[in-house]
Amino acid sequence: MAVLFYQHSAAFAVAVPLAAAFAVPLVAKLGKAARNAFVVLAVVFTQIMSWLMFQRSSAEGGFIYTLGASVPSLASPAGFPVRIVLHIDALSAFMAVISTTLAFVVSVYSFRYMKGRKSLDKYFALLLVMTAGMTGLVTTGDLFNMFVFLELLSVSSAGMIGYYGKGESAEAAFKYMTVSSIGALMVLFAAGMLYSQYNLLNIAGLADAIQFSFIDRIALVLLFAAFALKCGAVPMHMWVSDSYGEAPAPVSAFLVVASQAGLYALFRIAFTLFGGLSAAVMGWGMITLGMLSMFIGVTMAMFQKDIKRLMAYHAVSQTGYMLLGIGVGLAVLSSPVALETFGISAMEGGLFHVINHALYKGLLFLTAGAVIYRAGTRNLNNMSGLAHSMPVTTVLFIIGALSIAGLPPFNGFASKIVIYESVFMFNPLLSVIAMLVSILTLASFVKVFYSAFTGPADRSIKKAGEVPAVMWIPMGILAVLIIAFGLAPDTVMNLFVRPAVHALLNQAGYIGGVI
Amino acid sequence: MSAIVKTVSAFMTVPMMIFGLYVILHGHLTPGGGFPGGAVMATAVAMLIAAFGLSQSDARKKDAFSLFESIGLLAFIAMAFVGLQSTFFANVLAGHGWIFGSSVSYGPNPGYLETGGVIPIMNFAVGIEVFAALSAVMLAIMLHRREKHD
Repeated sequence: MAVLFYQHSAAFAVAVPLAAAFAVPLVAKLGKAARNAFVVLAVVFTQIMSWLMFQRSSAEGGFIYTLGASVPSLASPAGFPVRIVLHIDALSAFMAVISTTLAFVVSVYSFRYMKGRKSLDKYFALLLVMTAGMTGLVTTGDLFNMFVFLELLSVSSAGMIGYYGKGESAEAAFKYMTVSSIGALMVLFAAGMLYSQYNLLNIAGLADAIQFSFIDRIALVLLFAAFALKCGAVPMHMWVSDSYGEAPAPVSAFLVVASQAGLYALFRIAFTLFGGLSAAVMGWGMITLGMLSMFIGVTMAMFQKDIKRLMAYHAVSQTGYMLLGIGVGLAVLSSPVALETFGISAMEGGLFHVINHALYKGLLFLTAGAVIYRAGTRNLNNMSGLAHSMPVTTVLFIIGALSIAGLPPFNGFASKIVIYESVFMFNPLLSVIAMLVSILTLASFVKVFYSAFTGPADRSIKKAGEVPAVMWIPMGILAVLIIAFGLAPDTVMNLFVRPAVHALLNQAGYIGGVI
Repeated sequence: MSAIVKTVSAFMTVPMMIFGLYVILHGHLTPGGGFPGGAVMATAVAMLIAAFGLSQSDARKKDAFSLFESIGLLAFIAMAFVGLQSTFFANVLAGHGWIFGSSVSYGPNPGYLETGGVIPIMNFAVGIEVFAALSAVMLAIMLHRREKHD
């Protein structure tokens, strides 16, 4: 049995959440408790499969899973890859582990937060479809299936954003759907351009055959723009504030990892598919996007009054750090000395920030949800003195806020210091701006803390009191992880981040897995 | 609608359904398959709604369609899981002589229905799913419209 799971972990990680999503409406006929247990079971199983993938890809340096073949490793029966292939290296598994961790936390949190709302069966079904979309997007080894999973993720996310179904929320969902469709069409168009020239859709096969013709460069621009849009980088960030702001709070937390799946695709395209092309130009493109996102995101966040919109702009700003770290690595990809001195550590910082961001931003959105759950408003001007009645949420919020601002001993500090140091060696100015953005982030969260949690207790809040344990325990899990990652960054770095960075840099290994 | 429209659409329902089933059943041999076939079958439902309108009890039919939607999807993915002894989605029935299991010789295809392995079964699953989902969508839109008019 264990061998079966080990061998088919990649297929299970995508298929089980999908199958569970279809089964949720049927299981729900047995009652709400059965449905909730079923959802948690499916998510935990998916997470175990992601861990198995990680373990196997670290041990074997990546592996492929061919759907429908007689043996999982048989991708090219006729000498070139024709089949649907799931291609897992340490980076894919790393992203899958992050997504499924958040999926678990978010689904447990949702049981109480969404209690009493109508059509919850569809909510949990869509949550599982989103999970499948993410694991699919990060494990696929095929450009067309990347488009399919991107659409799967977009459509289910749009449904979740518009869950409340009225006014602004429906508008945000419509905006998200429109923007995502444009992005997805660009991906499809680029896949068509590459397919017409090389008769290949497999990413490894394409990376091997690609000639960097003029059409390929157009395809690169389309793919780059589409995935930068999906991860919410400035100037394609206009959907982020609306979607994160209007979605139910647990969904906002989950959308953070959904955008990171887009980030994964961006890195995969830049490093693996177009790794041989002038990396400095792509790298500087990524750095520019990163700097813009960082600075514009944080300045837009400063004056927001809506707690979730504020956090949404911070999400844009933090994405900038990841783009900066990875972008520096990409910019020096062709010079081994620079890559060795600071390029690799910049990428490690960037990827470490991905997992840290998922944890603390997830936590912050969930605490925002807890505040909304009790105070009944998203407007910071109408909140006051929540710390009197919600001590646990307050502590959790402080942990999240200090972590996003990059203060020790929390995990945000651990990854940001790596980014600052390595980027400083590349270009001091970029590093200085990154530090400035961190200070502005802290200022912005101090504002939230003062207006929402301190001051005299607001008598008008009827439901004042701490949130129930089923809501703060999931938040607590994230807080514990944040502190643990902040206290033992080396362990996390060696265990998860380094293998992922090496997998990203190992283009020949990725190609060799299929060809 | 008039009696003529009602009578003709009642008669037409049967051939439309049969044609939809034909498209699904021959999905592995001819153009078409589960999705187009299911869509053809759902057209029959659209025609019935247009001709006869909706009654009070039709809200429950939407739930029934949703149920079949789930069943169709689950049947599809279950067929994929059946292949797990080699890989996910592997065609375990093809060429084994059991249901849909005849081997096909190379060259021009004479169109034996008994071929394709799990593919015709998956076509049926997709057909059920698309038929149920499109019907549920149409019912939902019509019910919503009627609520607005009331």
